[in-house]
Amino acid sequence: MNQYDAIVIGAGHNGLTNGAYLAKAGLKVAVLERNPYIGGATVSRELHKGWYYSNCSYVSSLLRPEITRDLELPRHGLQVVPFGGGATFMRNGDYFGNYSDHDRHYREIARHSKRDANAYDRYSADTSLQTKLIRPYLLRTPPDPTSLKPRDLRDLLEFARSFMALGEEKLLDTIKFWTASVGDYLNEYFETDVIKAHMAGSGIIGTALGVYSPGTAYVLLHHYMGDVDGNVGAWGFARGGMGAIANSLSKALQSFGGEIICDANVDEIMVRGGRVTGVALKDGTEYRAPIVVSNLDPKRTFLDITNPSDLPKDVLKKARNFKIRGSSGKLNIALDGLPVFNGLDPRSRLMAGDLHFSDSLERQERAYDDWKAGTWSKDPYLDMMIPSLTDPTMAPPGKHMMSVFVQYAPPKIEGREWTDEDKDGFEKSVIDQISNYSPNFRDLILHCETRTPREIEAEVGLTEGNIFMGELTFDQLLFNRPFPGYAQYRGPIKGMYLCSSGTHPGGGVMAAPGANAAREILADLKRPNTVPGGYADD
Amino acid sequence: MTDYDAVIIGAGHNGLVCASYLAKAGKKVLVVDGRSEPGGCASTREFTPGFRVSDCAQWLSQFDQSIIKDLDLKGAGLTTGKAKATISLQADGNHLILEGDSITGAGVDSADQAAYRDFKNMVRRFAKLMTTLYRSRPPKLVEQNWTDRLTLIKLGIGLKLLGREYLRDLMRIVMINIYDVMNEHFSNAALKSAIALDAVTGTNMGPRSPNTVFSYLHRATGEHLGQSGTTQVMGGMGALGRSLAAAAERQGVTVQLGSAVSAIVKTEDRVTGVSLTSGETISATLVISSADPTTTFRDLLGYDQMEAGMAKRVEHYRSRSGTAKLHLALSALPTFNGLSASQLSERLVITPSMDGMETALNPMKYRELSELHTFDISIASVEDPSLAPSGQHVLTAIVHYVPYAPDIGWDAGKPKLLNHLLSQLEAYAPGIGALVTASELVVPSELEASHGMTGGNWHHGELSIDQALMMRPFPGSTQYATAVEGLYLCGAGAHPGGGLQGLPGRNAAKEILRRGVLS
Amino acid sequence: MSDFNREARLLTTPFHSRVAAMCDLNDWGNWMGYTTPNAYFDVELEYFSVRSTTGVFDLSPMNKYRVTGPDAERYLNRLITRDVTKIGVNRVGYAIWCDDNGQVIDDGTIFRLGEEDYRICSYQRADDWLAWNTLGFDVSIENESDAVAGLAVQGPTSCTVLTLLGCTDLNQLKPFGIAHYTFEGRPLMVSRTGFTGDLGYEVWVPPESAEALWDQLFELGRDYLIKPIGSHALELARIEAGFLQAKVDFMPAEEIVRVGRSRSPFELGLSWLVDFSKPLFNGRAALLKEQANGSRYRFAMLDVEGNKPAEHSFILKGDKQVGTVTSAAWCPTAKANIAYAQIEMPHGAVGDELVAEIYYQRELHWTRLLAPCKVIDAPIFKSPKRWQTPAPPH
Repeated sequence: MNQYDAIVIGAGHNGLTNGAYLAKAGLKVAVLERNPYIGGATVSRELHKGWYYSNCSYVSSLLRPEITRDLELPRHGLQVVPFGGGATFMRNGDYFGNYSDHDRHYREIARHSKRDANAYDRYSADTSLQTKLIRPYLLRTPPDPTSLKPRDLRDLLEFARSFMALGEEKLLDTIKFWTASVGDYLNEYFETDVIKAHMAGSGIIGTALGVYSPGTAYVLLHHYMGDVDGNVGAWGFARGGMGAIANSLSKALQSFGGEIICDANVDEIMVRGGRVTGVALKDGTEYRAPIVVSNLDPKRTFLDITNPSDLPKDVLKKARNFKIRGSSGKLNIALDGLPVFNGLDPRSRLMAGDLHFSDSLERQERAYDDWKAGTWSKDPYLDMMIPSLTDPTMAPPGKHMMSVFVQYAPPKIEGREWTDEDKDGFEKSVIDQISNYSPNFRDLILHCETRTPREIEAEVGLTEGNIFMGELTFDQLLFNRPFPGYAQYRGPIKGMYLCSSGTHPGGGVMAAPGANAAREILADLKRPNTVPGGYADD
Repeated sequence: MTDYDAVIIGAGHNGLVCASYLAKAGKKVLVVDGRSEPGGCASTREFTPGFRVSDCAQWLSQFDQSIIKDLDLKGAGLTTGKAKATISLQADGNHLILEGDSITGAGVDSADQAAYRDFKNMVRRFAKLMTTLYRSRPPKLVEQNWTDRLTLIKLGIGLKLLGREYLRDLMRIVMINIYDVMNEHFSNAALKSAIALDAVTGTNMGPRSPNTVFSYLHRATGEHLGQSGTTQVMGGMGALGRSLAAAAERQGVTVQLGSAVSAIVKTEDRVTGVSLTSGETISATLVISSADPTTTFRDLLGYDQMEAGMAKRVEHYRSRSGTAKLHLALSALPTFNGLSASQLSERLVITPSMDGMETALNPMKYRELSELHTFDISIASVEDPSLAPSGQHVLTAIVHYVPYAPDIGWDAGKPKLLNHLLSQLEAYAPGIGALVTASELVVPSELEASHGMTGGNWHHGELSIDQALMMRPFPGSTQYATAVEGLYLCGAGAHPGGGLQGLPGRNAAKEILRRGVLS
Repeated sequence: MSDFNREARLLTTPFHSRVAAMCDLNDWGNWMGYTTPNAYFDVELEYFSVRSTTGVFDLSPMNKYRVTGPDAERYLNRLITRDVTKIGVNRVGYAIWCDDNGQVIDDGTIFRLGEEDYRICSYQRADDWLAWNTLGFDVSIENESDAVAGLAVQGPTSCTVLTLLGCTDLNQLKPFGIAHYTFEGRPLMVSRTGFTGDLGYEVWVPPESAEALWDQLFELGRDYLIKPIGSHALELARIEAGFLQAKVDFMPAEEIVRVGRSRSPFELGLSWLVDFSKPLFNGRAALLKEQANGSRYRFAMLDVEGNKPAEHSFILKGDKQVGTVTSAAWCPTAKANIAYAQIEMPHGAVGDELVAEIYYQRELHWTRLLAPCKVIDAPIFKSPKRWQTPAPPH
């Protein structure tokens, strides 16, 4: 029988997390997936014989440790291995290395500027203060400031209190931080261009803003919020690729009796008498449930799979105005061997980290100018990794798999759809840039999968290929995510819920939206909560 | 005893307003300014024989009505012209005319008109709330006292009165960019860019930059503060300065022009007066600066006279600008395609599309000259013939985006830029080039030198959220009192910022009187 | 290729070859990114060399900044809380510097090398803060940490040993004085300063002289029982002598993440270093306010009953926790059990009787001990030799 207690649309990591917690609470749950495989953007596939590509998300840091532990993901096969470090290669043949060890890192910054090396401690402290402020709210439902419900007032008060405790000056600095551009923010600490550029990358990844755009300092913070085994701000690889996260979540879900149904392309959320009754697939199959949780982004949820007549007008308008902008693309490359980069010994541990070629804020901003003009960046900002240096399962021995995240790529080219020629041009600008710094790179390429926003949207269903399912700007954060009034995971129709990265606290493979949504659903059902709260911060 | 209760640095509009309010309360006040005319940015200058221009600000739209009343500026000689329509010039001559809540031309349809009314209605509500904040000292959030709490309560009530939907809209849009808000509300490209221009005027931002809704709302407070639309001051903006000086003198203020302050004098822990370039030293209980924060702290007080953390804050205070000023002497009234002669007295704007504005902005970021610019044009001599010889005219334009210091240098850059500007104008006003008998292009660095504004920034510091409200100019020196005892701010670098409102000056005076620091 | 491993390892000081040769225990630590010995042969024996003969400690990793220029004196006077004009040429002053909120950033010593020539020697790095402080001053700051190698030569026979090295009339040098000599054709500077509370000197040379200096010192000092000491022994000596250490007894204000964890000079018992008679210095306004309104904490030196060091202990007043211990040691010379603690006001006044909640482990067994303790008014170790001029021969 196609009758369930709850149906989750989309077997990405948040859908699976949400389903797992509902199943854990004893609900009969089905997670429907359009593709023949699960994972959404948390996926790894063998797209070239012997090579596994995490062809969307590619690194893990933000996945909430509370969830990993609570759902026993390690028992279900998940292992996140930190890679530590990274480098930005410079046009002058030098590079700036980012080391996880404090002393080593100091010496590397000092090689470029002693003052910056010293200022880094102040920068770390100030940035940590900001992450500490926000981290307790990741595994919580944001309060609605326009509400007078006791719970909202209480949460809002608590929220306000943690900010007030900073004192006047630090509070103002915090507001500054949340509204400033990453360029201006970094200028308050550092004098060296390459150091600023290396750090600024985190302020623009996945975001349709430039390093000089106000609001990007917060995006930087978003990338610093995670940790690997308590090392705050550290990033790692899921062994076996990002698909390992989805796979372990699916096993957790199944261990609680939840079902996953692939090749199930949802056409519409069925509503009767102001209540959801289930979903209908494009092939006509119907699944019935009093609760439907959408793990699709807010635009798809409200504009594609919900009948407009079932929605209040303001929701339609808000969904249309929701900012979800394609700003990035991806190259996944099978390599015959390890590329060599100018100035860096290939044995260096930095090779296993995140590698970049934008050595100034100006180059990053110019890359954004191209996006604004409706074209891909001719000199893009790359976030490049060679996960096969950390994870032996990604490529045959001695061979390597390279993941290249590319910023910026617009959702449309000068207003029209991407063509294959555009895609080739996009690919060329990336390969050319890497080749400028690596003499043997081009000859090592065995296979290259290029994904523009067009491919990401078509395959994964991320509108415009936006990796965060909605811009991470303040107007779409916390109680504004996805939009004011609907930030508590409840949709406008009874029984309809949202659990995607388009809800608080946003994207980055955190699994927190899925978990938070489950908590709200269980509360509405008056069932005991199965979702963990966040660890108390020290 | 001291020479004065307060010496005010700068006879700009805020300095004079502050002085007048203090004098009105019986305080002995001296205003000093190195320029020979009062008014600061509200100044008129004969840039070529017979042609007088408002050589910095050219419009009055936000000046607080209560100040005009309190100080009887009308009695002191202030006359403003009629409320101007804004005409956004289109290449095809079918211009967009914005007048009050109505829009016509440029292919706008009834849907656009309805959307515009809705939009104005929304903006009006939000701007009203901002006005509440603007007319008070900016509240502290943690170290509040009852004055701050009262402001916050008033603000809270205002927010509540907005209603839930408007409040939610406000929460969402206040931090974002005008580009998105325009696309959400309108389909007509000309309308979008005409409004977007108001959001970026005086800034170094493009329409896509977050913060531009805030700067738009900042301007929109004019509807509540000035209440008379965009107007020109008869006799040029300098007449505002002169009326303010006259009003101040009537209150007993001594206005000393032509004597620049060379330093703020600090004795032990507090500021005790100022020294002038003439060598004279004037003592006062308080020094109140209407100069921008960088000039005040870095140049006049000196970094060595404050604690290092404060010096660091001053150094980080941002005053970039993309604003230049074009002045043209015209031998006759120019002809603009699609405009009648009488329409030439209105506010004329030329903007590329919003995307075009972004393209125009890009080169500025890299210290390069743009080939595309926005214009905010006033042909003031149409309504006020006294500004030019009979039958001849002056045209002034606020122009964006002009870098502070282009890599090619201004010697080479200026003729090039002037050329660009004139040819862009020519497209809308064929033959205007032939009428030009004298021209002057004032770039940001020159505005900095002539009007003492760091970076040439009209707002005395970028008006982005992190430098606005309770953060203006920077933490530790908010609420008009600075971290240095005896030194206050009353210029646009203090809350609520620039735009010829007079409010920083008024609020500063009220705060000083409230504190009772002048007995 | 050359970059690989170039800076991969911890740095070594100019004395490293000699230090390594003497480091029998091969017990190394990381101090400021340098490989430094925790102990050479026996912590207690090393410690006693400082108290009864001569102990040599490699302090090259200390951060040294040269401050020169017409505004050097004014610059420093705005930077630090004491009056730098009272430090004469060839004199040294202990100093602290605060941020605008009057919270201590670091402590260190200011060496006045000339009218417009100073050296700041600090435990923490200060490049950024010192650079920010130059705004408005005609002064230049040079990080000369790598250009100056230093040894602390401390203990009763230290003057004699250094005199043998060629430091003529060193016994005439007053505490906090500086004397200049030549060593093998290169400058050698001696300051009568130290971190041990005993007679002692710090010797500063260019790195090229380091190995020869070490060799000759140990050669000439052999009969005066000279010994190298590691950081563990120094730690005992400094606690006994009443010296604070950044990141141990207070957190540098600029690195604070958690609100309220920084400390003012008053809260560290360093009010004697705050001179309100000079007009402007960083933190002055805030400290004046604190002086008027009272502090949140008090720094207390505790004499703890028993012999179990009160490391990481809570300090109780009755049942209430009123503070925590930052440094603690059983002091071998004074035979006292000393702890430094941060005590919440109004507790912790001299003479106040408190309780230290001590946990110690013996053979895997943990014991909780409530040890009464008393706030004392001065360091437990006071050597008259430290202040005598001429310096006594042994």
